[in-house]
Amino acid sequence: METTTSTNEAPSAQPERQAGRIFAWFDRRVALRALLHESLDEPIPGGARFAYVFGSGLLFIFLSQIITGVVLALYYVPSADHAHTTVAYITKEVMAGSFLRSIHAYGSSAMIVVLLMHLAQTFLYGSYKGRRELLWISGCALFALVIGMAFTGYLLPWDMKAYFATAVGTNIASEIPLVGDWLKRMMRGGAEMGTLTLSRFYVAHVFLIPAAIFAFVAAHVYLFRRAGAAGQISEDPIKPKQKPERFYPRQVLMDLVFSLLLIAALGFLSYFVPMELGPKADPSDTQFLPRPEWYYIPVFQWLKYWPGGRAIIGILVIPLIVIALFVGLPFIDRRLERRPWKRPLTVGVFALVFFSLVALGALSYRDDHGDPGVVKQLAKQREETEQFMRAPFEPERMGASLADAAPADPLVTAGKALFEAQSCSACHGEGGEGTAAGTRLIGIGAKMAPEQLAGLLRNPTDKMKDGGMAPLTIKDEEIRAIVAYLNSLK
Amino acid sequence: MQSETERTVSQDRRSFLGALIGVGTVGVGALLSIPLVRFALHPILAKTTETAWSDLGAADEFASLAMPMKRLIKVEQRDGWRKVISEKSVYVTKSADGQVRVLSSVCPHLGCSITWNDARTQFVCPCHVGVFAPDGALITGPPPRAMDELETKVEDGRLKVRYQYYRQLMPTKEVIA
Repeated sequence: METTTSTNEAPSAQPERQAGRIFAWFDRRVALRALLHESLDEPIPGGARFAYVFGSGLLFIFLSQIITGVVLALYYVPSADHAHTTVAYITKEVMAGSFLRSIHAYGSSAMIVVLLMHLAQTFLYGSYKGRRELLWISGCALFALVIGMAFTGYLLPWDMKAYFATAVGTNIASEIPLVGDWLKRMMRGGAEMGTLTLSRFYVAHVFLIPAAIFAFVAAHVYLFRRAGAAGQISEDPIKPKQKPERFYPRQVLMDLVFSLLLIAALGFLSYFVPMELGPKADPSDTQFLPRPEWYYIPVFQWLKYWPGGRAIIGILVIPLIVIALFVGLPFIDRRLERRPWKRPLTVGVFALVFFSLVALGALSYRDDHGDPGVVKQLAKQREETEQFMRAPFEPERMGASLADAAPADPLVTAGKALFEAQSCSACHGEGGEGTAAGTRLIGIGAKMAPEQLAGLLRNPTDKMKDGGMAPLTIKDEEIRAIVAYLNSLK
Repeated sequence: MQSETERTVSQDRRSFLGALIGVGTVGVGALLSIPLVRFALHPILAKTTETAWSDLGAADEFASLAMPMKRLIKVEQRDGWRKVISEKSVYVTKSADGQVRVLSSVCPHLGCSITWNDARTQFVCPCHVGVFAPDGALITGPPPRAMDELETKVEDGRLKVRYQYYRQLMPTKEVIA
């Protein structure tokens, strides 16, 4: 309306400085002053507190996820053929690539940690009370969307654990009656996991879920501002009586201090313990034990107790009851009483659910560490991941290599024949690709000098002997040929 | 409007905290953008690996060369996370003193493909009519320099060439990294 905009004109009583004039120019057109007032002068009953920083912290990590996610897309290709190569390229070659990928991957855990803190604060402070039902429900939707982001993002590197964790995750969905099988095929883009699954997860991860998150964040912030900050536990959630303090500057500063701590923690973790990438997904592997991320562990453990026909109760009925109670909380707990010790039932039920989840996590840990077979397999998987991380980046070859077309080195050909004749391939696999009984030899030339390799073939270490490696008693020339062959394995 | 809201911090303190927030945000933001910039600029800043030598054929095949001869070579190159093999065309010719030279077919003017004109016994760039002698020397036209000679070597009796691109529109030959 034309008449209302004119009321935002800055009073031109005092002489304005240059900066002031520029501000006024924009203010007349954008209503900057009103905008700043609206966003910064929100009253907080009872004053600024560090207890209120978690919502802003979540927004901050979400922003960090957007920025790191967008730059990762500079190199990432969502196809089963290239996804793993491109993530390996990011991790091993691109400057700051390992760091940014780690910030993004650890960021998903950070989102969930801060989300739980935000939830705990809202719950303990009773900040969902007093006409805040929709605010709470929009928060529940955001919780589900964040979990969805973590689930879809996990597959994208297309390494062993990504592949198998998603295979299990999508199989769980198929247990739902009537729609389950359809849902699974919908998520996978067919009956099997494949490149279409990756495309679908990618689209969900970078287009659909983020769009929904934007919409729900807008709704969540709007509903929050509409209801007003709830303040302390002693405060009336509808008509606050305590002395208000504006959002800016002290609460803004507290929010930023918390955000700084979060990014510092993520930065240190990413720098000193960068996120690893495992070997490329191999659907034919029957040994691999997928283990979900820590926030799925309780659910993963829970599903172990619901075999066969009763699975429906564990997978659908009980979770639906818990979700309904959780989402419906502000409709169930309607009193305006906010002090936790005056609400023993709600706090008690929540504590019970929370500690059950922690206990399930502990049980899962105990199960995994009590079974020697599992311990051994998980250790082997860790070793394979570390081995893959140590190997230099191997670019993907398009078409036949020039080296392949060139006539093979006669020494290498002789070495290959010896490798097979000496039954090396029995343990180390065809072409040195490795088996359960013997180490993978592909790429070993990049890790060891030829003399070192020759030495090991003549005198294996005790560890190698324990694994069944016998010292080679053949001519020096033959050793040279085998070493040349090993060096050619790439 | 301002006087309506209760003031819990003095105006001075408010502007001090405002400055702290402003400077802190800009400082931390700048620090955080360093890895982002490095990441995004990786293909421009990273050292490119040297292109490998490409095979042109047996060296004595070119000993009795009378006219420049066009050859297709295969070049293995890194393209980000891939290794690709692409075909490039080069001209094998001879210098005035009879040495074998290999010339790039990319015009040093604006990068069109130079063709050999048998009737005129000259190289002619079809785009802006740059004309070059059989040994690649510039005769007339807009190109700023002669055709670019590529590095060659003879190994085990085979003529090998290293394919490279050179900057256009410069009087001197300069490799594009």
